Amino acid sequence: MAQSALLNASILKKVAMALSGLFLISFLALHVSLNLISIFSERVFNEASHFMGYNPLIQYFMQPVLAFGVIFHFVFGFVLTLQNKNARPIAYAKYNGAANASWTSRNMIISGSVILAFLVLHFYDFWFPEVNYKYVVGNLPDANRYFGELVHKFHDPIRTGLYCVSFVLLGFHLWHGFGSSLQSMGMHNKYSRFLSKVGYGFAIVVPALFVIIALFHHFNN
Amino acid sequence: MKLTLKIWRQKNAQDKGGIVDYPIDGIEPDMSFLEMLDVLNEQLINKGDEPVAFDHDCREGICGMCSLFINGEAHGPDRGVTTCQLHMRMFKDGDTIFIEPFRAKAFPVIKDLVVDRSSFERIQHAGGFISVNTSGNTIDANTIPINKHDADKSFDAAACIGCGACVATCKNSSAMLFVSAKVSQYALLPQGKVEAVDRVLNMVHQMDAEGFGNCTNTGACEVECPKGISLENIARMNREYLAASLKG
Ligand code: SF4
Ligand code: FES
Repeated sequence: MAQSALLNASILKKVAMALSGLFLISFLALHVSLNLISIFSERVFNEASHFMGYNPLIQYFMQPVLAFGVIFHFVFGFVLTLQNKNARPIAYAKYNGAANASWTSRNMIISGSVILAFLVLHFYDFWFPEVNYKYVVGNLPDANRYFGELVHKFHDPIRTGLYCVSFVLLGFHLWHGFGSSLQSMGMHNKYSRFLSKVGYGFAIVVPALFVIIALFHHFNN
Repeated sequence: MKLTLKIWRQKNAQDKGGIVDYPIDGIEPDMSFLEMLDVLNEQLINKGDEPVAFDHDCREGICGMCSLFINGEAHGPDRGVTTCQLHMRMFKDGDTIFIEPFRAKAFPVIKDLVVDRSSFERIQHAGGFISVNTSGNTIDANTIPINKHDADKSFDAAACIGCGACVATCKNSSAMLFVSAKVSQYALLPQGKVEAVDRVLNMVHQMDAEGFGNCTNTGACEVECPKGISLENIARMNREYLAASLKG
């Protein structure tokens, strides 16, 4: 599908947002599981991180796919928001959005922007140093450095606080995003209702786990 | 009841327009909202002022002609009603009421509170019909068995009166609920299957060409729709559209 056609076909845009969102949700599940290990075992966390950091399939296939998914979801989200703003050039003097739709559904751009800002910080904290370590400085692999790096980042109360706030906003984003993606793909039945409930659970549990992990390392070290 | 009305006044499509305040007194709680506007207009006419232009026809919730964005909600604060079915008992003495036209690029203001909803007509023309041979051999629709479940859902979708409240209320000005109702009412019936692929592609294409926004599933349309059209129809249209896109 040509890019311009995709940008003009409203339903394809919905589906593209839904699919990229679901893909990112699956990545979140993986990420939180890995981080969770850091609470229980330094050794296993180091091993898992080292595996992720040096496995060629993950590094050269999964990582670029993930990067594409992230960029696509963000860029498309902003494009859609702009298009939607243009669809109502004159705003209402009084608009009672809370009367008929949830805050989370009306403010995906806000929660999404916070997540984007968080990602910039997160990349600054972990991804850039990682690239620097491996490819710029060209250090030899060290399978025992990851836990220390993680713990070090959560010393700072401001950074830990920023992480926690971002996770809450991530929860808001997921709260609407998961069920919405099912609806976008045409699912609206007892299964999607059930899955949406699972999605609400995910939207609470996953960000809560991220918060717990951040606070755990902050207070424990 | 004594009220302050804040009404959007706009001379014509080119005029910039703005909110004008109108204090009004002697409104009965049992009056309909449009009757209240009639009272205001009578007073304006008696004073030699230009009455407020607003759309209406049946005044019993059937035609979909009345519109109005009242205190931040399409068709006002009540649920499952059009503006002509809204009563003043929903408001309190001393209230300030904002009255604005339905706003969307695809619904340009013609005058005051009257907007041009012909974009809906063009979407209908693009595929909201079935082609029937009327040369005398027409088969009575009742001779084709249709399961009750589908018939009911189709009927529910067909209850859409094309009022445009879904667009007006949607933060994205999306017309998905309206279009999906029109697609669904045929998609569910055997008579509609013949042209199903072209119908959904053409109607959605026309919807996009009219400049409506993109649906983000906030669900506001379903809440504000006077006919209770379900979001299920949007999901059905998404399925129909995806399947039709694959077919060609
Ligand atoms: S779907 Fe509901 S709100 Fe939208 S045009 Fe039809 S009746 Fe009006
Ligand atoms: S005037 Fe016909 S529905 Fe309100």
